[in-house]
Amino acid sequence: MSSGKNDMRTPLGRVRGLGSAREGTEHFWRQRLTAIANVPLTLFFVGLLISLNGAGFAETRAVLSNPLVALVLLLFVISGLYHMRIGMQVIIEDYVHGEGMKLALLVLNTFFTAAVGVAAGFALLKMAFGG
Amino acid sequence: MSQSPATRQSPRARPLSPHLTIYRPTITMTMSIVHRITGGALYFGTLLVVWWLVAASISESYFDFVNGIFGSWLGRLVLFGYTWALMHHMLGGIRHFVWDTGTGLEKHTASKIAWATLAGSVVLTLAIWVVGYLARGA
Repeated sequence: MSSGKNDMRTPLGRVRGLGSAREGTEHFWRQRLTAIANVPLTLFFVGLLISLNGAGFAETRAVLSNPLVALVLLLFVISGLYHMRIGMQVIIEDYVHGEGMKLALLVLNTFFTAAVGVAAGFALLKMAFGG
Repeated sequence: MSQSPATRQSPRARPLSPHLTIYRPTITMTMSIVHRITGGALYFGTLLVVWWLVAASISESYFDFVNGIFGSWLGRLVLFGYTWALMHHMLGGIRHFVWDTGTGLEKHTASKIAWATLAGSVVLTLAIWVVGYLARGA
């Protein structure tokens, strides 16, 4: 971070502070941002499951279609999936060194997360809108 | 991997620095590894959450089918493990929030916090399941 004699960055690069990957601290920041959000959202989700333990279909549907429950669960799904996507990205980058395999797994990681998110979001909205 | 000659694999086997296995495991190191493992487990555990939500959105018979699987002894074992992974990863994350502020990094303090996340995750998991059963008795 110092701009001493041996700093080979251009003045513009130094001002932008984004590094060679052009992202700066974006990955870290989003990881922490979603982590902070995940704490209360996870506690809500766990509390919901406790309250629904042993509940039948009708009762579960009634609770899940409550707008407040549906909205918080939607946030839980979005924040949780974003967090786990960038987390798995780091795991892949740490352990998979073949360029082709790494690229394939990074693509799969995003596809998997998107598929889970769309399915969960669709299910939640369908119940919330009374389908 | 870069294809430049400078970084291309050397034809000679070069000595490597000692890897993880040479160190005596410490609690901070172990909890760091467990944090990553629980994160990976939760990644796939998300499938259970989405399966349950989709089942509830489809029909009563399919929901009962999925509920039956979750309610079996194997299903409960998996959900118990999922609960622990979730609690451990959450407490591990909170530990990182503490470290982000620059506090708790002294060696013995860090070890104590690491033990606390392990103990806390077990206590929270048991508490969740006890309360869950007390609430319904199912």
